Parts: sequence; C-alpha cells; structure tokens
Amino acid sequence: MSGLEIENLSMRFDLPNGSSVQALKDVSLNLAEGELLSVLGPSGCGKTTLLNIVAGFLAPTEGQIRLNGHTVTGPAAERGMVFQQGALFEWMNVRENVSFGPRMAGKRERDWAGTVDHLLDVVGLREFKEKAVYELSGGMQQRVALARCLANDPDVILMDEPLGALDALTREKMQSLVLKLWKETGKTIILITHSVEEALLLGERLLVMAPRPGRIHKEYRLPFADLGVGEDLRTVKTHPQFGKTREEILGMIWDMEEEIMGRTEGAQ
Amino acid sequence: MIVLLIYVAIFVASFFLVKLLVHKTTRDFTARKTVTFGDESAVRPNRIASVISVLTIFLLWGAFTGSAWVPGFLHAPGPFVGDATFTYTAEADGVAPDEATVTVRVFPVGAEVETPEVDPGPGWAKNDADSVGAWRSGLIRVDRNDDHGRDAGHRVVAVNGEPIAPGGEVLTAFGRVGMSPKGTLNVEPRKGWQMEPIWLPPPEAVLARLKEIAQDGYRDSTLWEHLGWSLFRVIAGFSFGALIGIPLGYAMGLSDWFRGWFDPIVEFMRPVPPLALIPLVIIWAGIGETGKIILLFLAALWIMAIAARSGVSGVKISKVHAAYSLGASKAQIMRHVIVPNSLPEIFTGARVAMGVCWGTVVAAELVAAEKGAGMMIMVASKFQLTDIVIMGIIMIGVIGFGIDILMRLAEKALVPWKGRG
Repeated sequence: MSGLEIENLSMRFDLPNGSSVQALKDVSLNLAEGELLSVLGPSGCGKTTLLNIVAGFLAPTEGQIRLNGHTVTGPAAERGMVFQQGALFEWMNVRENVSFGPRMAGKRERDWAGTVDHLLDVVGLREFKEKAVYELSGGMQQRVALARCLANDPDVILMDEPLGALDALTREKMQSLVLKLWKETGKTIILITHSVEEALLLGERLLVMAPRPGRIHKEYRLPFADLGVGEDLRTVKTHPQFGKTREEILGMIWDMEEEIMGRTEGAQ
Repeated sequence: MIVLLIYVAIFVASFFLVKLLVHKTTRDFTARKTVTFGDESAVRPNRIASVISVLTIFLLWGAFTGSAWVPGFLHAPGPFVGDATFTYTAEADGVAPDEATVTVRVFPVGAEVETPEVDPGPGWAKNDADSVGAWRSGLIRVDRNDDHGRDAGHRVVAVNGEPIAPGGEVLTAFGRVGMSPKGTLNVEPRKGWQMEPIWLPPPEAVLARLKEIAQDGYRDSTLWEHLGWSLFRVIAGFSFGALIGIPLGYAMGLSDWFRGWFDPIVEFMRPVPPLALIPLVIIWAGIGETGKIILLFLAALWIMAIAARSGVSGVKISKVHAAYSLGASKAQIMRHVIVPNSLPEIFTGARVAMGVCWGTVVAAELVAAEKGAGMMIMVASKFQLTDIVIMGIIMIGVIGFGIDILMRLAEKALVPWKGRG
C-alpha cells in the first residue's frame, strides 16, 4: 500500500531521575500520497516527537511506521525534513545547499543542475544562488531549506514549524509558497505548527493533539488548503467556516493549556 | 609618580581637546548607545585616542630620557653636565685656615673627557680638579695636593663658605657636596628627572640598536635569526599540537570511550601552565630544540583538543538531522557537516594556542637557549644592555600582535561564516 501508515505509536522517555515521560501513546494515522496534514497542539503534546519518529531520528517504544509498504528504521532521503531554522549549512552557498542531497547520493552535476536551477527559480532565489546562506534574510533561508528538501525528491516532507521564526508578512508569503509547492509537486506533507491559522490554511487534514500522554485529540478535514491554492490567503481567512473552526480549535487548545497549568499548580 | 600624573593630565586634556575640535561637528546619538552594556559594537575605539595614546608613550619616554626626537623644551630636567666648581676652607695644625677651589668636570655617560688642568694657586691649600660622569658622584681627596696633608691634621671645615662636618652636606649650584664620615668630600652633581640610559635608553638608542643588531647580530646571530628561531619553534610546536590535538578532540567529541579516557588527562593538563613544564622538559629532553618543541607541543595540544571537541559537540543537532534526512551517510556527515561546522571553534582555539605558544617560547628561551628572542633579551639583561632588552620586548610584542592579526585574517578568509550560523 502506498502512503504513510503510523500504527499504535508510543514513545516513553526515561529521565535521569528514574521517572519517565509518556510523550506519545497509541497514535495511529494513515496518510495517503499527496495529502497535507497539519499538526497542532499545546507544548508537550508530542508533535515534534511524532515527527522525529517519522523522520527516523527516534525509534518508538512501541508501534511502527510504514512508508509505501516498508517499515521505517532510520532516517532516509525518502523522508525529507524542513526545520524551523539553523539547519542550513553556512559553509556552502545557496546552490551547494540545495544540491546537497543529490551530491551526497553521488549524482553528477549535469544530472542535478537542471532540477536545482528550476527549484531556485520556483522559490525565487535564482540570483542568490552564489550567495552565502548567512547573508540571506530569514524568509529566504527557509526558501533555501524548502528547495533543498525538494531537490532530493522525497516521498514525504516533514516540516517542523518551518515558518515559526518568520515575521507575519514573510510568513504569509511563505504559506502561499508552501501551498503552491504542495500542489505542484504532489508531495505528502506533515506540517507542525503553533499557529492555528497556519494549520487551517495549509492543512488538508488537521490533527489536534493533546498532552500527557501525547495523543490525537481530534481530526478535521478542511477545504481551505484547496481554496488557498487558487485564492489569496486573506480571502480564505474571511470564509465563515474558517473563523468558526479557528475559534473551536483555539478553545480546545486553551482548555488543554489551562488543564496543564492547573495540574502543575496542584502539584506544587 | 610625576610621570603618572603627566600621563593622566595628557589623557584628560587630549580628551577634552579632541571632543572640542572633532565631535562638535558630529553631534549624534552614538553616546546613548553605550547604555546597551554588553553589546560590544556599541562602543567603538576612538582611533584619535589610539594615536594620541601611542604618541604620549613615546613623548613621555623621550622627555624623560632626553631623546633627540622630542624638542628640547619638552625634556624633563636632565642631569648636571659641565664644570662644577666650589671652594673649600681647610684647617691644619699650626697654620692659618686657607681656601682653594675644586673644579669637577661632569661629563655625559659614555663620553671621553680629560680632567681639566687647573693652576694650583697661592696658599698652602691648592686648587684641585677631577671628573665624574653624569648621574654619578665622586670622592675627592682635596688634601692630597695640599702642603699640609692629613698627617698634619688637614680637615675641611667649610664648602663655599658654609661650615661642613663629617656626615654633613652643603647644597651648591650644581648639586651638593657631602662629606664622608672620615672627612672626604663627595661631589654629587644634580641628577635631574631624566632616566639614566642604563635604566631606560632613549627611543633613538633603541632604534639604533635595532639597526645594529639587524645587520651585525648579537651573540653570533642576527636579530632575524633570533626571532626566526623563536617563530620556527612556535610553528613547529603548534603544528604538532594541532596535528595530534584536533583528531584527539574529534575523537573525544564523537566517541564516549575516547571522551571518558582522555577527559581526565585533558582537564588536568589544561590548567597546568606550560611554563610549569619547563623544568621537566629540560630534565627529559635537554635545552635543545627537541625540548622547546615538546614544550610548545604540550602547550598547543590541550587547547586544540578542547577546541576541536567543543567544535564537534557544538554542532546543532538539526544540521545533522537535516543531513541524515537528505540521505547523507555517516562518513558524509562527518566530512560535510561536522568538520566544517567545527572549523570556527578550531580557529578560535588556534588563535589562543598561537598566543600561548609565543609566550611560552619566549619564557623557555629565557631559561635556556642558544638562539631566540627570549635568550637575546636575557643575555642582554645580564650585561645591563637595556636598549637590547627593550628592543627585544618590542619585537616580541610586534610579532605576537602580527601572529594574531594573521590568524584573524586567515579566519576571515577561511571560515567567513563564523558566528553567523
């Protein structure tokens, strides 16, 4: 079967003081090819842990992940990851960063040059390809990170708050870019975010997770990502259902945060 | 004390003068920036102050050594030079007291002078003449040429008409005349405020010595050979230290076994000053090149190992994860992520290590060496050749500074991303 299958995933971290933390408990999820899933949740709900397990950086305590039928056992080029920031290689220029994957795979320049140049065009960085990455703005750096991930042609793209460090305006532009890239490439994407609006705008499916232990609280199927491909994102935000869903999710997360606060206060 | 006061006065006066002349036209809010303590960029060095600072040092140096580079009116009062004269009144048994004149030629240090010829004059007390160097004093046996010597009860009772007794003194125009407990006159010309060249030579003397040693050498080697040997030892010692230290640091950053094995050694050796190892190194390897290079190797080794270790462990995990998820193998991550990411740290370590090595080599040469900057100044100091000592110190400073600037340039060229991740 094609797509990403997450089966009964549990993750427990043992702390140095002998106790342990249940970061994830019985998380199951199927993601068809080309779906864009956004994941929301209060801090400590295990969303980054989930992403790290899918990426193969962590081995789950229980359960497993299958991509296109085979079990995930470690990081691989088929699952590309885009980080919040600081994951670019400063010692390489933009083009060297973007071509990192193909180069590491041992491909010759003539085999990847076309793809890399095309991707630099798509993210609007053609003139900057010889620049050092630390000379670019935060938004441009994230565009490099996106292009670098796409240049490797992964089956699944994992995004860990890729736009979290950007200012509001740049963030909006980048959201459109992510939607555009998603539609054009047809990649399966998991996007983790703190922003409810972003999750609504970009997620074809939206997962709200709850903390302690980390688990799936509620799942939505949303029309906004498809709308956003053609329309201005601000127009999408004026959609009546958009506001309603946003308030609903905000309330949900607010309650969870309250509960956490109450619990820690009670413990004190 | 006076020098310090003058220095502070120049500091304050030039501050107000420069502010008045220069900053009146560029009134802006830069002064406000200094409230952001901790932000180094808020305070930039005022280059005018730097220039004045250097000039002030040379001015004070020149003024208090009577340098030809400093106009005469700025000189601090120098020692008395010229012919000093005074009269003494002597008594002897059975004769009336008589007066005679003493002429003392005070000559600049290093000059050849002849004692002035004087007419013995009338009376039983005869005129005397002698010579003494500036900053020095001289005992004068005025009774020697007198008709009635000490065996006749000769004693000096007054100088320039003022009474004097053993242990006493009389102030004169050129300085003072004292009397020893045994009754001999002691001429002490005024020393002034200038430093004697034997303590602090004027800047031009240091420059002249620099030229001389650059051409003719000192202790069988030219200046460049001395400095070259020191530099060679630093480069050799540092290279060996880096050659072993960097791989050791990498191993410590990557393997828990290496980390655990070498941690106690590195952490123990790091705070041991390399200078403390000199005696042991001399015992084991002697005072030749091997010993020096071993010492510098040890000085650089721990610094480089620690720099490489922190360069490796300082890599952001997201960079490693990103490389993994782009399909890179472990070896590729090592080569393309870990190594380049650690270079800025290694360069910082190299800068520190070069500085420590340079200091250590000079110290090691002070202890024992055939050639080298430290040996040169140490030997010179034993012969009180202060100009060579000062010249050597300046050259050591210039080279140390030069090394640091070169390292910084190399850093800019090779790891331009430093501090910008």
